[in-house]
Amino acid sequence: MLAFIVRRVLQSIIVMLVVALVSFSLFNFVGDPINNMVGQETTQQQREQLREELGLNDPFAVQFARFVGNAVQGNFGISYRLARPVDVVIAERLPATLELAFVSALFALVVGVATGVYTALNRSGIISRVIMTISLIGVSLPTFLIGILLIWVFAVQLQWLPSFGRGDVVDLGGWRTGFLTSSGLKALILPAITLGLFQLTLIMRLVRAEMLEVLRTDYIKFARARGLPDRAINFGHALKNTLVPVITITGLQLGSIIAFSIITETVFQWPGVGLLFINAIQFVDIPLMAAYLVLIALFFVVINLLVDLLYYAVDPRLRFDASTARGH
Amino acid sequence: MRLGRALVSSVALGIVLAFTAPAEAKTLRYAFQSSINSFDPHALNETFTLGFHGNIYEGLTRRTPDLEIEPALAVSWEMVEPTRWRVKLREGVTFHSGHPFTADDVIFSFERASSDASDMNGKVGSIVEVVKVDDHTVDFITGAPDAILHAEWDTWYIMSKPWAEEVGALDVASVAADREHHTTRNANGTGPFRLVSYDPDGQTILEPFEDWWDEPEHNLSRVVFQPITQTSTRVAALLSGEVDVAEPIPLQDIDRINENPGTKALTGPELRTIFLGMDQWRDELTYSNIKGKNPLQDQRVRQAMYQAIDIEAIHRVVMRGQSLPSAAMLAPGLVGFPEDLERYPHDPDAARALLEEAGYPDGFSLRMNCPNDRYVNDEAICEAVVAMLARVGIEVDLLAETRSLYFAKVLAQGGYDTDFYLLGWTPSSFDSHNVLYNLVATRDPERGRGTTNLGGYSNSRVDELTDLIQTATDQEERLALIQEAWQILHDDVGYIPLHQQALAWGVRDGVNLVQRADNQFVWRHVRID
Repeated sequence: MLAFIVRRVLQSIIVMLVVALVSFSLFNFVGDPINNMVGQETTQQQREQLREELGLNDPFAVQFARFVGNAVQGNFGISYRLARPVDVVIAERLPATLELAFVSALFALVVGVATGVYTALNRSGIISRVIMTISLIGVSLPTFLIGILLIWVFAVQLQWLPSFGRGDVVDLGGWRTGFLTSSGLKALILPAITLGLFQLTLIMRLVRAEMLEVLRTDYIKFARARGLPDRAINFGHALKNTLVPVITITGLQLGSIIAFSIITETVFQWPGVGLLFINAIQFVDIPLMAAYLVLIALFFVVINLLVDLLYYAVDPRLRFDASTARGH
Repeated sequence: MRLGRALVSSVALGIVLAFTAPAEAKTLRYAFQSSINSFDPHALNETFTLGFHGNIYEGLTRRTPDLEIEPALAVSWEMVEPTRWRVKLREGVTFHSGHPFTADDVIFSFERASSDASDMNGKVGSIVEVVKVDDHTVDFITGAPDAILHAEWDTWYIMSKPWAEEVGALDVASVAADREHHTTRNANGTGPFRLVSYDPDGQTILEPFEDWWDEPEHNLSRVVFQPITQTSTRVAALLSGEVDVAEPIPLQDIDRINENPGTKALTGPELRTIFLGMDQWRDELTYSNIKGKNPLQDQRVRQAMYQAIDIEAIHRVVMRGQSLPSAAMLAPGLVGFPEDLERYPHDPDAARALLEEAGYPDGFSLRMNCPNDRYVNDEAICEAVVAMLARVGIEVDLLAETRSLYFAKVLAQGGYDTDFYLLGWTPSSFDSHNVLYNLVATRDPERGRGTTNLGGYSNSRVDELTDLIQTATDQEERLALIQEAWQILHDDVGYIPLHQQALAWGVRDGVNLVQRADNQFVWRHVRID
């Protein structure tokens, strides 16, 4: 068990180093940051001096080594755009993204499971067909368009919900939350739907397919033969047995919800790390881009590690195989 | 029990007050396309940043809605000797921190603005020394006579020296310093508004400064600034009434905003001139099929390209009428604008004849560099130019890309890597000299001259004139020199000016404001009904 964890942690470190290396080599293609940091009349000497001071003239290997060396000590440098330490800026913005990701994951899970079960049980009902058609739109429309569409309907036409921002936030010891104010909660609705819609349709289709599969099995038929009420069969037996893959998928998707919140955050001017990253790309804010990509890699690595460990804990066969393998 | 009742009634009173206060309160909700990234007044010389800071900080002068210079922190100034200006400072002015404004603050702000990490060196570049005469009088000593010394005082902002010492803000906030500076998130000026809270990609809140020296013309009690980077979201926020001013708005949305009840589009000329530049310094173009020589070094070829361009079509179709075609490299109304200059007429036949005369009857090919997110409809302008040049036989390979990539190629650090490019320029001093010095005069890295003369145009008479214009103190003589320089540039076809683009702001009804042509949004003129 311990050897397994140590091996996985070592692999994770290699993964993160590779991510850092790849992202660093990409920065050569996003342009020159200097022009965003000075005015149009700044002389060539001043620009050169700034390049020199920022170490942008150093060879790639030196820049990368310096980044890794500093990052190991917890120093991710100063953001070119905001002129503040990158780790502080990201820590300030992370709550916004995590709250949005949490709400949209919850929304996707609850609505996804409910509609999935419904459409599986009432396969040929009209409502089911409508839901299935809508879900097709949800899968095929790009997030950007869905966001704009929702803004047009609910912010511009109906004027029920805000089109941008996070509303009023309450500071709880460095964690700025939007959960405690009505404007904060209202501001969450449209971005959460936009971000969660794709996951919702994914979960719904998964639940529906699994449900249909399970409903055909012998033990369901046997349960019916025993005269158990529909409610007990559908929810007690069928749904329970479909949930294992659903939970796995949802867990893995949480990482991508955080990573792909970039577009949703940009459309809704949501002040999280995704918007921070988009602005960093436009500004060629190299320290911030590097730290963000490493952070996202860390999220994925940690989630994968946890999932692996969960399997290890849940599935006794894995443990058994390992111990017998050692025995031989 | 009695205490309880007292509490209840005081809470009730509080509620009543809370509900009555907003009825009186006038809040300006302002959305712009990018964030304000620093409150250090000397860190970035860029229009939006300077304009935003101008609501908090003040210079010795300020500009009226018509961009005339008027006194601000200075009450008067005069050239007592050719190289000495005497400036009387306003008395009774305090900073937001409560510190009084004195001559020491001007000297300190001069030293800070001319330090290495400052981006404002150009605004105070000709000053050698600032000498304190008394607490409210200073002398500016210049190296050579400078007739336009005060032209950029309106955006050279004054900081309080004792405050800077207290908070440790003596140095300009520079990213290279590897730490956060106090002035990145804190501001202390003498201006009409003071900074209350700051969140770069969220809301930034400002309130009127009660002890401001001038009589407020505005009736605001609060300003909420919110960057909205997505254009469609910014327009939606205006249409839904969530913001009062949205800037900028795309030209194609102007009609929709005007048709929407409660909003209107405010358009007006901007000072920025959009133009095309051509590589005239290489002996061979980098991306052309003509080898061994550079066709753009021939004046006839440049004029052919000029005459191939149908500026009316660009004005009508690409800019939807929101541009002012220009024969000059600066906007009307700026000092030294050449009234008499006229564009070479659009004439494809003449262009073909000129090309044949120059020895290119079959035309030639070259590459064009173009930003696609910097100026109004920049990429569409370039595409139109490419099509128009194709009609006279010049085959253009268009490379349109995001500004970070574009500028990295065409500016000096990219080795001026371009045959042909589109660029825009606003002279920050509102004076011809700025354009001549930066764009037209021969490149001279030692002096910092011609830094943005990307095509390397060079004419020794223009260089001479540029120097003379800097030092000439007689207005009439100076204007004559400027006219001569503009005429030479026009005859040489050193550049192909296109137009001044239009400003387009979305404004909610009931919000009265001044749209200044330099694209600074000055809140002290805002009145909300």
